[in-house]
Amino acid sequence: MTVEQSDAQLVSRCREGDAEAWNEFVERFSRYVYAICGRGFRLAQHDAEDVFQEVFARAFERLSDLRSDDAVRPWLAQLTRRLCIDKLRLLARDTPTDGDPDEQAIDDVLAELDDAMTVRAALDKVGDPCREILERFFCRDESYRTIGDHLEIPAGTIASRISRCLEKVRSELDGRSRGSQPS
Amino acid sequence: MDEFNEERIGRLLRLLPPAPEGWVRAAQELPAARAMLDELVARAEQDAAFRLQLQADLERAVAAAGYEPSPFVVSRLRQLLRTD
Repeated sequence: MTVEQSDAQLVSRCREGDAEAWNEFVERFSRYVYAICGRGFRLAQHDAEDVFQEVFARAFERLSDLRSDDAVRPWLAQLTRRLCIDKLRLLARDTPTDGDPDEQAIDDVLAELDDAMTVRAALDKVGDPCREILERFFCRDESYRTIGDHLEIPAGTIASRISRCLEKVRSELDGRSRGSQPS
Repeated sequence: MDEFNEERIGRLLRLLPPAPEGWVRAAQELPAARAMLDELVARAEQDAAFRLQLQADLERAVAAAGYEPSPFVVSRLRQLLRTD
């Protein structure tokens, strides 16, 4: 069974030069950075790729500047946001637009993505097979049949499995929020 | 934080599709690329002929030095040489 590490533990290992930890770091945050570029700033795919690589290059180079290892997620969000704005300004030099994107709208998208990352962490805690079923259905948009074929389970049982898995994730999230309440 | 119900959990999961595999792999290879970049920059600082080759045709000079001139390496090297 895989034991999920906290963001802080992962950052600490990256800083020690652990290559496996860096792979895990990229894996953990790649969706987040990708979503900020796409959903937050609506960058075209090739522009999003430039920003994506630049975010991880800077993260790799500047991980030691991070004041609190727990704050890696907001730090990455801020870094991605800044680089997306730089990219949009660069693009606007060639093709003038109405100006910078709506800050409030971006804040709202980032808040949603932050909640999505919290759900994602809970899903990782719940683990397989729920992780794989929910990942395939919600993130990869696969049909019941495709999921059933891949996991070798009857397609007719997928809906109920999804429902049970969502309940598990919700329990995990409830437990987490109860655990974080002051006593 | 808003309450998480099953419907909202599903909707939030949809917001985070996987990034393209090639992008993730390139980012994971950064530590190795970084070592290569450090070596190329150090060589450019010490070797005027190599520096000129890089200025003339960066991709070709990187390949001639025995490295894969991936788009990431080329763009990063261009930045490093400009700021160094």
